[in-house]
Amino acid sequence: MTATKKSEQRSMNPTHTESSREEFEETPTWTAVVTVLGYAILSALGWLRDFLRNVGLEEKKTSHDPNPKDFVPLYQSYECFYTRNLYTRIRDVFNQPIASVAGAKVDVMERVSDDFNWTFKFSGKKIPSINLGSYNYLGFAENSGPCSNQAIKSIEKYGLTTSSTRHELGTQKYMVELETLMAKYLSVEDCIAFGMGFATNALNIPALAGKGDLIISDTLNHTSLILGARLSGAVIRKFNHNDMKDLETELRNAIIHGQPRTCRPWKKILIIVEGVYSMEGSLCKLPEIIALKKKYKAYLYVDEAHSIGAIGSHGRGVVDYWNVSPDDIDIHMGTFTKSFGSAGGYIAGKKSLIDHIRIHTHSGCYCPSMSAPIVYQIISALSIIMGLDGTNDGQKRIKQLARNVRYFRRQLVDMGFIVYGNDNSPVVPVMIFMPAKIAAVNREMLKRGCAVVTVGFPATALTESRVRFCLSAGHTKEMLDDALKAMDEVGHLVSLRYSKRNPPLRWNELNRTDYENEYFSC
Amino acid sequence: MGSSMTRGDIESLATDFYDLLESFKHAPFYHISFEIFLVLAVIWLVFFRKPRAIEKKLTEREKQELIDEWQPEPLVPPVDPNHPALNVRVLDGIVGKTVEIDGKKSLNFATFNFLNFVGNSRISEKAIQAVQKYGVGSCGPRGFYGTIDIHLELEERLAKFFNCEEGIIYSYGFSTIASIIPAYSKRNDILFVDEGVHYAIQKGVEASRSHVKWFKHNDIQDLERLLAEQEVLDKKNPKKARTIRRFLIIEGLYVNYGDICPLPRMVELKYKYKYRIFIDESVSFGTIGQTGRGVTEYYDIDRQKIDLISSSLEYSIGSIGGFAVGSSFVVDHQRLSAQGYCFSASLPPLLAAAAIEALNIMEEQSTPLFETIMSKSKRLHKKLLSIKGYSVMGDEISPLKHLRLANALNTIGRLEEIVQFAQTRDITITVARYLTDEHLLPEPSIRLILNVEMTDEELEFLCTVLQEALVKVTS
Repeated sequence: MTATKKSEQRSMNPTHTESSREEFEETPTWTAVVTVLGYAILSALGWLRDFLRNVGLEEKKTSHDPNPKDFVPLYQSYECFYTRNLYTRIRDVFNQPIASVAGAKVDVMERVSDDFNWTFKFSGKKIPSINLGSYNYLGFAENSGPCSNQAIKSIEKYGLTTSSTRHELGTQKYMVELETLMAKYLSVEDCIAFGMGFATNALNIPALAGKGDLIISDTLNHTSLILGARLSGAVIRKFNHNDMKDLETELRNAIIHGQPRTCRPWKKILIIVEGVYSMEGSLCKLPEIIALKKKYKAYLYVDEAHSIGAIGSHGRGVVDYWNVSPDDIDIHMGTFTKSFGSAGGYIAGKKSLIDHIRIHTHSGCYCPSMSAPIVYQIISALSIIMGLDGTNDGQKRIKQLARNVRYFRRQLVDMGFIVYGNDNSPVVPVMIFMPAKIAAVNREMLKRGCAVVTVGFPATALTESRVRFCLSAGHTKEMLDDALKAMDEVGHLVSLRYSKRNPPLRWNELNRTDYENEYFSC
Repeated sequence: MGSSMTRGDIESLATDFYDLLESFKHAPFYHISFEIFLVLAVIWLVFFRKPRAIEKKLTEREKQELIDEWQPEPLVPPVDPNHPALNVRVLDGIVGKTVEIDGKKSLNFATFNFLNFVGNSRISEKAIQAVQKYGVGSCGPRGFYGTIDIHLELEERLAKFFNCEEGIIYSYGFSTIASIIPAYSKRNDILFVDEGVHYAIQKGVEASRSHVKWFKHNDIQDLERLLAEQEVLDKKNPKKARTIRRFLIIEGLYVNYGDICPLPRMVELKYKYKYRIFIDESVSFGTIGQTGRGVTEYYDIDRQKIDLISSSLEYSIGSIGGFAVGSSFVVDHQRLSAQGYCFSASLPPLLAAAAIEALNIMEEQSTPLFETIMSKSKRLHKKLLSIKGYSVMGDEISPLKHLRLANALNTIGRLEEIVQFAQTRDITITVARYLTDEHLLPEPSIRLILNVEMTDEELEFLCTVLQEALVKVTS
């Protein structure tokens, strides 16, 4: 087990009055040992239970293959070991269904299980909770208001789908409107939009890179980026998360030694990074990456799924936050799911790039174009953010989010929790390390009216389970206070105050006036 | 001078040899082991050591020169501004049975609107209600509060419709089958895939990294040949054969060809050669079968024998997304292993609500609706066959047909002319578009799609226009 790298970076950012810090405190050694011990005990128990099931002393609760026995088994037993023995124990904590709009408050449907999470029944009860798990950064997940009114009008005018692809009869006027507006928002030449964010990466990276190209990607990149890179046929190399020295070494080695075996020079090199990493809460070091990219003549692809709308003083993502020129990034990519309350993804950049993608994208020939209400939700959310609707609602939301982020994060840190990531990232991961606590934190927070997301292995490293808060502009100060109170109690109950830098404090021991002044003065 | 060994020489040689052996007996153990080690080392050096690759020991200056000299290619190659994808028709209205292009209304035979659910008022009403309850987006993946009760309802309804144990929905039709295949089939496994499958299946097969054996489109003999070959290999190494999973990937009704797969024989072979069947019924769901339940109903095959049926909500249902149904044993695995399910935001609730209402309509109208679409497809097929100069590909009951020019005149240019001419006569049709890196690029064709609400007069009109177009293009 490796302890997390301790990296602290102060960066002076011209768009913010304070410097922003990004830190990842080291895992306390004792905690790491106990965590691994916990997994070992769970695995040992798992082997014992598997043995009992195979021998027949315990009932096998998994479903059975309807095919005859002489078929090759569909799943190897060891592949499902984790699912059977670890995941099922805490299965009630994931896939929790909701019965309302996924806004700042949400109704979680209560599920009960009689057989330790193998099967669930709905009790019929709904638990109203503060929603700290959905990606709703600017609070556009609303079921009333200008955005949903526009969406409803568009259903009446256009129906739900064209049932045709972009290359055939699927290009409606509203698609052109969305793409033009998005290009204006990002200050680039052109933009193209797709119906699914995951597919935007998986279906378009193959159009940009191919055999003879090199893709250098951050180790913590999202699955869709990795799938797209694999499908492209290019060679993939990784560099340590946000480690600029490692990236430079990879670039130098790539150019000096060329392709493996033949040593031919690479046709082109593509660096893929994300704006905000959703599990770490870290921001990519964009100015340094751009400097490297220019020095070594590589191309840069930035996936702003979690940063567009949520970061930067005008909500324009990491480009806005770091105050770099949009032309320095070759391919801007992002999704509409998080900050715009809709669905889909986009790619933006120079017109020549977008024309090429229009011709070669897989979704141009084989996927229907976006649904009208989805597009109109984005268009109206964008108009609000850009201030084109004549109000300053957009700016208010952006400021509210920034204020919420700083308020929430600072109090968590001061209470003694280990919080990862950048001070300004709307994703706030708090470390819990031990596997049993993943379930405990989630259940206890739900009892106190907060719906949170807890994740463990394999979404994170083995010893780095965490609870990940996603803040929203829709959260009021009262909601945040309730959430902090709940976290304070749960942290005390389950012992989550691991930080060695800050002493463990209860919430009522914090200096409340300090925070309130800061909150209201932002 | 040739020296011959005298008897004395041989005797002295023998004595020396004998002395050597004696000395071995008396030598200390460490001495002997050291000698043996040296002998082994020499043998290894001579026969087994791989020659070490010559490492480039470049100077800093040389490295800097290499870096300075390297010139990458441009990010994208230059594009042809006349490419059809850059000059598409831009519409502004409902694309239903009729579509308005440049201010003129025309009959639409180009979009996958089989049951005319696009713009259906009941479906739109339900979608509007869903927006008023849930908003537009679902704001999260299924694992993190993106599972909405309406998703669970849709999954249950789909499973019930197909009489299967469980259903699972995806937010994009392309990602459905492209995520399903890699979730089950890994590097060591074998996929038997029909050559004519559509692009999403090809991408799923590529992502799985399994061994792929392509068999000729709808050719059962070719498939049996491949299966028999594999059986021979299995017999040679039965232990390994026990760890290789086999899958047959086919479509119910092929999008690229319009014909139906020979399913009964494939199910028979399943039990003989022990593979699992995954059918993609994107087009056959809601178009084939007495109650629209696809090829399994058409051939009257027990759905328990099919391991997984995947389909799309983007064609007959008139929504967006995809789904899969099957036994719990098979389907449940996708909830943790299918990338397009776990790592993507869930389907917007309004589209799920629309799909539920579409299913309601399908179940209410049931047999009359599907008998209508099948009989109209048959009638259209007959009419098209009667136009000399065209060759029609596709099954007679398939509402999706591919039209080509006969007599070696079939080129994209001529087909585009036919499409343009038809547009002037208020008929909208389209040339089928493909990417160039398809596994087996189909011949150019016009993809004709029948909408169930088309009247016989309208079908007659279509054929008249096609005939006129033919005359114009071939003259």
